[in-house]
Formats: sequence, C-alpha cells, structure tokens
Amino acid sequence: MPQIQSPLPGTFYRSSSPDTPHFKADGDAVAVGDVIGLIEVMKSFHEVKSEVAGTGLRFVIDNEDPVMAGAVLAELD
Amino acid sequence: MLQKLLVANRGEIAVRVIRAARDLGIATVAVYSDADRDALHVQLADEAVHIGPPAAKKSYLNIANILKAAAETGADSVHPGYGFLAENAGFSDAVTAAGLVFVGPSGDAIRLMGDKVAARSAAHAAGVPVVPGSAGRIEGIAAARHVLTLTGFPVMIKAAAGGGGRGIRIATDLAEFEAAFPQAQAEALAAFGDGGLYMEKLIPRARHIEVQVLGDGVNAVHCFERECSLQRRRQKVWEEAPSRALSDRLRDQLCNSAVALARAVKYSGAGTVEYLYDDAADRFYFIEMNTRIQVEHPVTEMVTGIDLVAEMLRIAGGEPLRLRQSDITVTGHAIEVRINAEDPSRDFAPFPGTVGALRLPGGPGVRFDSMLYPGCVVPPFYDSLLGKLIVHAETREAALVRLQRALSELSIEGIKTTKPLFQALANDRHVMAGDFHTRWLEGWLERHASRLTPELEA
Repeated sequence: MPQIQSPLPGTFYRSSSPDTPHFKADGDAVAVGDVIGLIEVMKSFHEVKSEVAGTGLRFVIDNEDPVMAGAVLAELD
Repeated sequence: MLQKLLVANRGEIAVRVIRAARDLGIATVAVYSDADRDALHVQLADEAVHIGPPAAKKSYLNIANILKAAAETGADSVHPGYGFLAENAGFSDAVTAAGLVFVGPSGDAIRLMGDKVAARSAAHAAGVPVVPGSAGRIEGIAAARHVLTLTGFPVMIKAAAGGGGRGIRIATDLAEFEAAFPQAQAEALAAFGDGGLYMEKLIPRARHIEVQVLGDGVNAVHCFERECSLQRRRQKVWEEAPSRALSDRLRDQLCNSAVALARAVKYSGAGTVEYLYDDAADRFYFIEMNTRIQVEHPVTEMVTGIDLVAEMLRIAGGEPLRLRQSDITVTGHAIEVRINAEDPSRDFAPFPGTVGALRLPGGPGVRFDSMLYPGCVVPPFYDSLLGKLIVHAETREAALVRLQRALSELSIEGIKTTKPLFQALANDRHVMAGDFHTRWLEGWLERHASRLTPELEA
C-alpha cells in the first residue's frame, strides 16, 4: 500500500495555519506532487508533497505530532 | 532575595539563567519537554519537571503546566528567558496572580511596549526621537495621505500588532501607496486580528543600535550600546559593543534617551531600547523596546563586567538598583556570533541531529554560552541556536583576530553550523572596517553564500 513519508524531522501540520482548512481531508484522492501537510523544522516550514498517487487517504500521524525523518505520515489505497 | 527560581525556557538561555541563579545561591527548577529529557539545562538545575510533548505550544508555551511545575516544586519566582513566553503580558500577569515573582517587567509594561503604536507614543512623550511617521494608529487612507507629507518616500506601512519584521509593506511612490494601504489593512486584520496600521519613513541605509537598560521601577541606568547591523531576514547574526559608528556626543544622547524612556514607563528589570542610526544624517530614531533579556546580552557583559541576568534576579528579589550610572564603564570591545544548526551554503537550511565529538574554544577573552555537550541531541522542534561565541579584547581589531582564533578552535561534529559564515565575515574588509548597515549582509550573502560550506565531520 502506498505511503507518504516525512522528508524531515520536526512537527507535522495538516494546514498552513490553525484557521485554514486541512490541505487534504481523510478519504481524499492524492496525486503526485500534492501538498498534504507541512513540517516545521527549527521554526522554518517545509511543504510535504506526495511522491505517490492513490485514493482513500488515511493519516496515521495527528496534526501537531512530532515526527522523525522517514516516518509514515499517511497511507493510500 | 529569591529562594527558588523556575526557568521557563530551554537551550542556551536556560543554562545561562540557571548559572546566574546558582551564583547567587538561588535554587533552580528546570522544565523540559519530551524532546529535552537529556538537555543540558535539565542536567544543571537542582530539580527538573516534565511539562509536555515536544511541540512548544504544548510545553514551553503551556502556561498552566509551567505554573503547576512551579507550585509542585515550591518555586517562588519564574524567569522567562527570551522567546517563548518572555514577552507575553498574560504570562507575567498569571505568574504574579499565582503569588510568584515574575523576573521581568509587569504585564502592563509588556503590553505597553508590545503595542508598537503605544510604544512609539511613549517614546515620543519621553523626548526620544522617533522615525518620522504617524503619531499613532491611522484612521483611513485620507489621514494616511497626510502622513506622507512627514515621511516622503519610500514609506513603510506597518501593522500595529505586528513585530519581528512581520506585517510590513513598503511603497516607493504614490501609486504603490494607494494600492498597498488597503491591502496592508486587510492583511493585518487577517494575520493579527487587528487591522490597525501606522506609517514610518523608510531609512534605507541604517545601522541597528540598541541600548541595554536596567530599572528597578523608580530608577534606571544604561549599560551602553550594542550594534547589531549584521542581520539576515531581520534576524541578528553578529553583535558587538561598543558601536564604532557613534561619536561620544551621540552615544551620550542615545544612551540617555533610553534611560529617559525606561524612567518614564517605570521600567523594572533588564530591557533593551532599539534604534535605527542613520550614518548619513548622524541621527538616531527609536524603533521599539524589548522587555526581556536579549540573546546578545553577553557582549554588554563583556565590556561592562556586569552580570545582567544576576542583576535581573536581584531586582526581581526586591533590591533597588545596585549600580549608579557613574559605576558603569566600557572596557575594550566585544563581538558575539550566533552558532546556529544551519547550512549557510544551502540557504541556511536547518540541520537538527546528534552532536558527536565537541571541541570548545577557550583561553583569554573567550566565552562560549551554549546548550551543547558531546552526544547531545539537537531536536528539530525549537530554534536553531546552538550557542554563542563571544570574544573580548582591548580593541575591535584585536577582537576580530581573537574571533578568528576562537572559531578555528570550535569543532562540533555531526551537525552543520553557521561557523563558516563567521570565518568569512571576520576576514571581510567591510566587516573589518565596520562598514555595513542592516541590509548589507543579505547582499553579501548573494555573492558569497555558496562557498560557505560547513565541513560535516563524522
């Protein structure tokens, strides 16, 4: 099953700010290059772009959770 | 006198505050997140309390958890360090309401200086020169057009609730201004929940010079100035004291104006009054007052011999100012550089990781304030400052040589750092001549950044 991994260690965010909607909702389809979240590393923010395509997006990490580089953020069908 | 101090911070500043407290015989309580269990400040404090997960919002910014840690350990006081909750008026109020001493100014003083328009008005009222601009918040574009007669172009449109370089627009002519003003209003409302704006003349080539003050709520003294003109994206990377740009006459005026402001607002604790200095016009203008200890405080300590953090703790403990203005003098020259976990050759990309072997600089006139020890983890969740290298010598020229010497001794294996930036800057002819302004470094980096590759030692 395709997985989206974090390219960096840091804090994972599902939206660009607390007041904006999530980049992707659970169950969404994802194309290669779609932004699915942000990683904050030492106060700088980096977009997480999917390198895989699929449907039925399921996040396995919660918003604002700490992640290590290579950690699985989400899975697709 | 304070008996037990909780340090509501992490990293090098938590270490710095713990050291000052221990020097005064004050017991210390560290707080830490999951990511900092083995951090140096946790090791050095008498006690340490876990306050939450790695995300700062859930730990170092979590007021309820910090106050709970203070209550559980019987702390009688809280030092906020810098960053995190240091300039949060609500935190100062909450600490005081819990019956504890906040090592810093009152919530009201933080609020006054945190509102850029109110701070500017307070400075103006105290006789401190302010950058030509609006007297306060601007009500509508008609009033804004009138302010242009004072400022001319280029002009900065700033959000009253902004700060740290955020919420600023620049217009170079009337057409740009007419378009930018309503946009700035909408942006300020969206970003800060407050559409209030003010305007200031843009001084394109200015130095950043700031004055350290200490106040006890009645009296105030200054500890002379620091120059922090070498900045990247409005973040200081290199600071020194004294500034070689100032004449003695202007230095007196500048420092005395900072004291006047501190007295006018009945300031208590350590604070910094920041100015722009326009070399060409030989004039200085108030920018803002920071109501906390600053990252670059050690350069002032090196040239005055005053332990600023210890003075903060004494003032918070209820002592009147120990130092009279005539007791405070400057000896020699000090330079501080910020060693960050960043790769300067790759647009300062952050570089968290684990430190391997570590060799720290030492010897005469060298100080290294840091959170590092061999094998320590540099987590990705907080800012990238690893430590500050500070050198002191009789003259600026000798301090630059000593900086080179100390940088060559510094070796941090396993982490890319900004050390190559400072090795190059200390050898640059403009830096050696003190010939720079706040935008100078960004231009220099466009030409030189690619060769500032850190060696990554295994």
